[in-house]
Amino acid sequence: MRRIASAGVSGFIARRLLLGVLVLFLVSVVVFAATQALPGDPALAILGRSATPQSLAALRRQLHLDQPVLSQYWNWIAGLLHGNLGKSLAAQEPVTTLLGPKLVNSGVLVLISAVVSIPLSIAIGSWAALKREKIFDQTSSGLLLVLAALPEFVVAVVLVILFATTVFRGFLPAISSIPPGSRPWNNWVALVLPTITLVIAVAPYVARIMRASMSEVLESDYVEMARLKGLPERTVLVRHALPNALGPVFQVISLNLAYLAGGIIVVEYVFNYAGIGSAIQEAVINHDLPVVQALAMLIAAVYVVLNLLADVATILVTPRLRTRL
Amino acid sequence: MSQVSDVAVSDAEWARPPVRGTSLLRRSLRLWRTRIGVVLVGLIVLLAIVGPYVAPYGPSTPVGVPNSVPGGKAVLGTDYLGQDVLSRVLYGGRSILVMAVIATALGLVVGVLIGLVAAYSRNAVDDVLMRGMDVIMALPQIMLALVAVAIVGPHAWVIVVAIALTTAPRIARVARGAAQPIVERDFIAASEAMGVPRWRILLAELLPNTLGPLMVEASLRLTYSIGIIAALAFLGLSPNPNGANWGTMIQQNEIVLTVQPWGAAAPIIAIALLTMGTGLIGDGIARTAAGIDRTRGDA
Repeated sequence: MRRIASAGVSGFIARRLLLGVLVLFLVSVVVFAATQALPGDPALAILGRSATPQSLAALRRQLHLDQPVLSQYWNWIAGLLHGNLGKSLAAQEPVTTLLGPKLVNSGVLVLISAVVSIPLSIAIGSWAALKREKIFDQTSSGLLLVLAALPEFVVAVVLVILFATTVFRGFLPAISSIPPGSRPWNNWVALVLPTITLVIAVAPYVARIMRASMSEVLESDYVEMARLKGLPERTVLVRHALPNALGPVFQVISLNLAYLAGGIIVVEYVFNYAGIGSAIQEAVINHDLPVVQALAMLIAAVYVVLNLLADVATILVTPRLRTRL
Repeated sequence: MSQVSDVAVSDAEWARPPVRGTSLLRRSLRLWRTRIGVVLVGLIVLLAIVGPYVAPYGPSTPVGVPNSVPGGKAVLGTDYLGQDVLSRVLYGGRSILVMAVIATALGLVVGVLIGLVAAYSRNAVDDVLMRGMDVIMALPQIMLALVAVAIVGPHAWVIVVAIALTTAPRIARVARGAAQPIVERDFIAASEAMGVPRWRILLAELLPNTLGPLMVEASLRLTYSIGIIAALAFLGLSPNPNGANWGTMIQQNEIVLTVQPWGAAAPIIAIALLTMGTGLIGDGIARTAAGIDRTRGDA
């Protein structure tokens, strides 16, 4: 019995893995088509009107634009798989060298935001479900609704106005630049406002689903049964209700973590935080195609992996789903 | 959702007339949150439409020293170039609103068609369409918009098409989900037996029965479209880099917050009221069309 279940789970994971690879392959085609194979001349787009025929020819050679489209794609994807992401046009250094430290910075920011926002939103959602239609539930749901509607950069600038520049002037730094060579964890005060912004961007959605899921579980027969057995309320909630309520929440958490990959673009720009988000913004402004391509693939990969993890986590916490694999 | 409860739901719904869009809107207006939302959105739309006619100065007219605080000639002070903040706020909403509405509407039409065709086809077309949608959804909306702008340039149509293209798969997923149980119902089979053309069944039978969830999703998508278009301008990518635009204003005046907060604060309040309004309306509709829960549904 146990062996069948685990074979089902690993088969499921293998299938999802294949599907993820397929999605990534298609994303690579889309990204390549959009950036390099589009009608028009990328070299001209990059260099602008001031381009000379010599500089255009040189850039076309550097981007392999003088080769057939298929071999261009092949070169790019083969390089990608070998960890060779090409050379940044703006910085004239390998994309991997350029993005490595920024990746660490962004990773730390997203990780801290996740570590703060996930337990917080699960707690808010559960508490609201326990106190349904009471004051905590009504105020929290109203507040979360309003916060969820605000774009990240609006939240970020409001936080800057509140805690850095105007209302509580100088309480926290308005700029969170991480000097080159320094690490974000040596500079944790700088991380406070960007983290709060990202938490506000994510927590409302997770809390809302947690509340809905927990409400449903609390009305179920098995929670009723556990209570009638005379189990202490604490045990009923922690052992019986919470694990069952978490299933749908994993999907939302993964969607929102993947969403953070987009959210950091704006948030890092506001706080001048040296991560991949502000790198994308710079690369777009500078027409730095190799960097744009590399970051697009990276973010798509993050999305695919998070989706996969969420599916697996959902299966693992929901035993009845395992039988239907 | 198990098979059993699906059957139960469709049996119960059989006797109930489908929820039509207009009645859903009317009933949602009984909720206070919807009313507040309508007032907020109405206020900002009015501001964007009438604003340019009542603005005391032109959007780029220098009226005083840069970064002067409110008072005197400029009610909200001047911005980093000495232009009147109030006038720029009154001018700066139109382009965001127009672009967001067009982009969302385009994405809605394309997404609904794809979603309904996928649900109704009941064959490989469904898989192909929805996997295609997965590919677009693997990239955050703002990322795809940035790539499009990087390649073609920050023209208004590029931004609109990029937002529409990335909105469509998210709508398609909802449309397909809502249409799937309807496709299995008897009245669809009856229409087919009577020889009604498939495209007519799609538009006249399937579409009206999916309006509830679609309206919820559409209002959510409009909220995001506004946020992304404003965010692009904030990142320095708007059709007119020096024009009055709330996103651009926030970017330009953020550096001088300590001296003159209103240059950034005023457009921030405008954007916040607008997206809060659309968010409240969406939630009101969602609560009215009970049983539908809103999730972000994208990444």
